Amino acid sequence: MSAASWRGAMNLQTHRPAASGRPRVGGAPEPRPRRFTNPVRPRHVLPLAFLLAVPWVVPPFFTFQIGAQALALGLIALSLTFLAGSGGMISLAQMTVAGIAGYMVAIFGTAATDGVTLGWPWWLAVLLGIAIAVVAAAFIGWLSVRTEGIYTIMITLAIGVAFYYLALQNYAVFNGFQGMQKVLPPTLAGVYWRDPLPFYYLALACSLAGYLFVVYLLRTPFGIALQGIRDNPRRMHALGFNVTAHRVAAYAVAGGLAAVGGVLFTWYNGLVTPGSVGTGWLINILIIAVLGGMRHPVGAFLGAIVFVLLQNFAIDVIDRERFNLVIGVVFLVIVLFSRDGLLGWWAALSARMSTQRGGTPWRAARGRTFAR
Amino acid sequence: MTRFWRVFWALLIGVPLLAFTAWGLQDNPRLFVITFLNSLTLASLYFIVASGFTLVFGLMRNVNLAHGSLYLLGGYLGFFTAQFTGSWLLALAAGFAAAAVVGLVMQVSIFRFMPGQDLRQTMVTIGLSIVIADLLMWAIGAQVHQLSPPAVLDGPLRGLPVIRAYSTYRLSLLPIGIAIGVALWLFLNRTRVGMMIRAGVDDRAMLAASGVNVNLVFATTFAIGAGLAGLGGVIGAVELSMVPGEDTRLLLASLVVVIVGGMGSVAGAAIGAAIFGLAETYGLAYAPTYSVVFTFVILVLVLAFRPRGILGRPA
Repeated sequence: MSAASWRGAMNLQTHRPAASGRPRVGGAPEPRPRRFTNPVRPRHVLPLAFLLAVPWVVPPFFTFQIGAQALALGLIALSLTFLAGSGGMISLAQMTVAGIAGYMVAIFGTAATDGVTLGWPWWLAVLLGIAIAVVAAAFIGWLSVRTEGIYTIMITLAIGVAFYYLALQNYAVFNGFQGMQKVLPPTLAGVYWRDPLPFYYLALACSLAGYLFVVYLLRTPFGIALQGIRDNPRRMHALGFNVTAHRVAAYAVAGGLAAVGGVLFTWYNGLVTPGSVGTGWLINILIIAVLGGMRHPVGAFLGAIVFVLLQNFAIDVIDRERFNLVIGVVFLVIVLFSRDGLLGWWAALSARMSTQRGGTPWRAARGRTFAR
Repeated sequence: MTRFWRVFWALLIGVPLLAFTAWGLQDNPRLFVITFLNSLTLASLYFIVASGFTLVFGLMRNVNLAHGSLYLLGGYLGFFTAQFTGSWLLALAAGFAAAAVVGLVMQVSIFRFMPGQDLRQTMVTIGLSIVIADLLMWAIGAQVHQLSPPAVLDGPLRGLPVIRAYSTYRLSLLPIGIAIGVALWLFLNRTRVGMMIRAGVDDRAMLAASGVNVNLVFATTFAIGAGLAGLGGVIGAVELSMVPGEDTRLLLASLVVVIVGGMGSVAGAAIGAAIFGLAETYGLAYAPTYSVVFTFVILVLVLAFRPRGILGRPA
């Protein structure tokens, strides 16, 4: 099957006219000015206030184990939501990119591993780690955009698992099975940034920045072009867009998000090991993104909070060891019975409540993500 | 490709390989030849597992990421059958049958209801792989299970030139792999069902239009493909041992083999398995901590110059 027909098969409503608010060629579109910001509404303010206030009322366990972990994982999953939801590319290597950032922070900075780390200042290590992860993500993208659709998932999985085995077998750089222990955030301005409250706000700031960045990016010409490429790469190519360059750039942008999330997640765990880039985690990121839904960036964080809650509480119901079974079954149920994760259920619910509301690009693109 | 480029690439790849061979044979001929045999026999196992993967993918566009779990399932079932009956052939049959039945159930109860939604099917296989792997760990535990080879093939084969002795069982993997490859070729090229499968690979809609029960063909193919994973599991249970985590390893092997060889092509799987087996084993023997890098480099080179794999055709 060709690229176009594959994507056509994937997107049920590809040829629905007036998919988004952008002007069309021909026809008589209303010349609506393109806005880059939404008016601020209660549905924006209330969750934000909730997120800011929550660590003051719940115990530190919730702030750190649930809140901060979900935010860090959500940021990594956001990179996949961005790639898959607006670019149509499902990459399983996002955790690999995050892991590369974590490893680089440990290697350039400090860890409890003699002879491997370089001990450079933390800000340099973080910057270098993110930069290297972005380069790696662009490289992974360059490799995988040469192929189409379903092949992407296989190639990114192969790359991710290959990196896992590299980190596992290599002692000179990655310290083998042990990985990097005690990779901790610095103490800055008298605050130890791994204490629950500061770390939560650090994760919240990064996640919020990443979220707003993605929301903004989707309204820029680049984001619109990317969604066009998702829907019909051949037509975009004919219109003069460089399809490959757009896709690789999307991988690089997603790589940046995943890298920041990876640094946070490494600091959260205090270590980075081959296990944190193993198949289990590669797939967990996919599970989080699919669980939340890919039609809107907020899905990644929804999925992450559900995932973390399941990880911490659902297993008490069955058996501590059976977490994989629980998450696997939840994932199966979502994939089999929902068009688009929790957001899909929410959309179906709100569509039943009210008919026909105005369309942001995301809402108009309903049903365009992979899970019909 | 013009003749010049063909010669150029042949030289670029061939000369370093020849130089490495010459160096290896001169440096330590025994190690070199043993590594060569090891890689070919490992490639044989990879081929058995990956041929099932590629068969299913070629016909149904279903990337079965639960293939590694089916391998593990077949291996465990084979292990317990061998323990119970003492027969290795029965173990092989049990491993094949168990995986085939699970594959059949997957196709009939799930994938049949989502035709053409390849990405969603892949998601389902991911979920299934997690569930199957965890259920197996629950039922059987995380300890290592290793099957002993059948009496005929037990022990080393002595009196060989250069390397003196080599495991009989391990050497027998090569003819087993070739036999399965030939059997698969005969099945696909000389039988009616095989003809239908090949027709389905080329054009599913046309096959259905000409009055063939496509669902039956799909179910058969899925059972055979999954069964090959189970068969590989029993064969691998002797050589590699069964332990949680092996499923990932074999899944990676299957992925790389079919990406390199070309998806949907059984001959491509053979070529991919040979390349991957050689790269992995020589890497482990000569540069242990970087062996996976060779695999990765091969993957990159193939994707850069032949995005559909060596024998891949436009989907």
